[in-house]
Amino acid sequence: MAEKILMKGNEALAEAAITAGCRHYFGYPITPQTEVAAYMAKRMPKIGGTFLQAESEVAAINMVLGAAAAGVRSMTSSSSPGISLKSEGISYMAGCEVPALIVNVERGGPGLGGIQPSQSDYFQATKGGGHGDYHLIVLAPASVQEMYSLTIKGFELADNYRVPTMILTDGTIGQMMEPVSLDAVEVKQFDKPWAACGQRGRDHRNIINSLSLSPEELEQWNLNRYARYKVIEEKEQMYEEYMMDDAEICIVAFGIAARVSKNAIVEARKKGLKVGMIRPITLWPFPTKALKAAAEKCKAFISVELSMGQMIDDVKLAIDCKKPVYLCNRTGGVIVSSNEVVAKIEEVSKM
Amino acid sequence: MDFKKTKGLTDAPLHYCPGCTHGIIHRLVAESLEELGVLDRTVGVASVGCSVFTYNYFNCDMVQAAHGRAPAVATGIKRARPDDIVFTYQGDGDLAAIGTAETVHSAARNENITIIFVNNAIYGMTGGQMAPTTLPNQITQTSPYGRDVTVVGYPVKVCEMLSQVDGASYVERVAVNNVKNIMKAKKAIKKAFQNQIEGKGFSLIEVLSTCPTNWGKSPADAIKWLDENMATYYPLGVYKDKEATKND
Amino acid sequence: MTSSVIFAGFGGQGILFSGKVLATAGLVEDKEISWLPSYGPEMRGGTASCSVIISDTPIGSPIIAEPNVVIAMNRPSLDKYIAVAEKDAYVFYDSSLIDEEITRKDVKAFPIPATQMANDNGITGLANMIMLGKMVKESGAVSYDLIMEGLKKVVSAKHADKLEKNIKALDLGYNF
Repeated sequence: MAEKILMKGNEALAEAAITAGCRHYFGYPITPQTEVAAYMAKRMPKIGGTFLQAESEVAAINMVLGAAAAGVRSMTSSSSPGISLKSEGISYMAGCEVPALIVNVERGGPGLGGIQPSQSDYFQATKGGGHGDYHLIVLAPASVQEMYSLTIKGFELADNYRVPTMILTDGTIGQMMEPVSLDAVEVKQFDKPWAACGQRGRDHRNIINSLSLSPEELEQWNLNRYARYKVIEEKEQMYEEYMMDDAEICIVAFGIAARVSKNAIVEARKKGLKVGMIRPITLWPFPTKALKAAAEKCKAFISVELSMGQMIDDVKLAIDCKKPVYLCNRTGGVIVSSNEVVAKIEEVSKM
Repeated sequence: MDFKKTKGLTDAPLHYCPGCTHGIIHRLVAESLEELGVLDRTVGVASVGCSVFTYNYFNCDMVQAAHGRAPAVATGIKRARPDDIVFTYQGDGDLAAIGTAETVHSAARNENITIIFVNNAIYGMTGGQMAPTTLPNQITQTSPYGRDVTVVGYPVKVCEMLSQVDGASYVERVAVNNVKNIMKAKKAIKKAFQNQIEGKGFSLIEVLSTCPTNWGKSPADAIKWLDENMATYYPLGVYKDKEATKND
Repeated sequence: MTSSVIFAGFGGQGILFSGKVLATAGLVEDKEISWLPSYGPEMRGGTASCSVIISDTPIGSPIIAEPNVVIAMNRPSLDKYIAVAEKDAYVFYDSSLIDEEITRKDVKAFPIPATQMANDNGITGLANMIMLGKMVKESGAVSYDLIMEGLKKVVSAKHADKLEKNIKALDLGYNF
């Protein structure tokens, strides 16, 4: 393992993208993700890459689309209001089947909202966000080390399935520093025979397009893509189990909420409460298999979220509402405290 | 003279209305790419509007962009593949309304791309609504009493605007309403691509074009209307040429 | 052992920097570490804080609800964090900026006239490192050698004069 260094989450993510072979970053400043852009602005010129500060988030995502359509690994990063602006381009990328990495370092919303950490873009990230039938692959790091490893993984998944992939994180994970080892991982690269990069003797033209005026054809495109989504759902669910062996109550939380929940679980266990956690690492595909299994032995679930309760819907769906699911949450940029989670665990244990 | 189909176009039949000048402009672009020998390394960016289907016509790799975003998409392609020849083909609504920011900023960056801007003073694909380039008092579906500049403001003169952008290398307005102008248009378009090959940066060719269907005119009357109304409001000529200025 | 340290004061006092030096010192010892800044529009003059956890065991949340070490460099910060500090917590405060008696009797309070000391010793602006030096001495969160090593990692050799001044400040605090 490489020597550990202290890095901000946003910086580890940027370094990971470079490790993954990304040489084209297009962005626009917004708190709390600006470190990603600043890091890229420093590094890219030194390694023959492109850092371009676009005139808007809208332009930035379309530059990403262009670069990715031409077959290179490309990315953008933003925070909640900026992701709304990018949603048009993201929908086009999903429709064109152009793989790239989109990073959302979430802040409180709706509207201009605030700048403190939030998870209230869960629906937007996992249910679409833009128009049309599509999914993104959504990864939720819970540490600086995961900001690194999941960014590399995100590029690989995107290319492998030709599905744009999102890193959904928040201001805390983005801004915090932790020791991270920048392991010399072997990064998978993929051939892109579909890329629009000039024919140069190829016997056919490559066309990157999401338009069809034939409903039957468009239906077929969607069905084909959903067949691929099915494979992703089958093969790519990622999660972490924490103290689940004898757990009667199962917390479901991702990102910073999972970090807080870990503290709460340790405290609750001191009080004799049998509680554990399933931490989704992929938010889409949602780790339904692990939750289904947990529903067989746990008596209740608690969804801990920094939103008004968005992931809780997926928890209920995953377990077919076989067990009660409670919500423990704060919103608007307030981070749920360990004490609040412990109190919820105690409350649920008495039900 | 041996008149042949250019290799720059596919065999797909064009969907444009009778009398529409898109076909001529397509041919000028395609011929230029063929003559410059770059077709094999060209990526075109289709926009939204009547020209949305250009990916079926230009005989090269193509990317279809969201409304107004073609210059941003082209920027991404060009930055990823600097050796490719990258062009956008956009209408007036796409380029001068919803895509104004992308247009101006790709010019400001002197992005080494070529933009073919087809100005026919109307939204064609959606059935004849007022465009950012619709002339004062011009009647359209959404300006049924004529464009009232006191209410909706004045047309946007793209070449004049971009001539003030330091980054832009070459900006010219041409028309395809008669043979002489078509020859001039060809020369301008070819030069715009030549500039890109030589790494000179941002070139935009505005082409005054007709829309007989939505103007409610015969093709012949449409040509006449372009001549008498559009060409006077949008004077033809070179608005910016960094090379020429350098040589002065 | 887990040290949950909150540094707090005005933006511009080097709050985030001293936190980073502490975190880096912990890294040298291969401890589990987290460093979490307050972030936002408060740059100069506003409130700034950062939370540093150094632990022998994996860290759950990087957010510190009940610190066992507080370094306060202005009055609002002292008021805010002394209210939530753990019993027996170490509370260090810059007594040249904070004119206040600590009423809580169940914490170990250390008034340090750090800003005054920095001014008197020709190292204006390094009160943060004086505070950090005293904190290291009293709390034992990391050793003297480690904090010096941490400092050397954070302040690159390119800035030798800066490093020298920071060392001086740490020593002043440590020996206070």
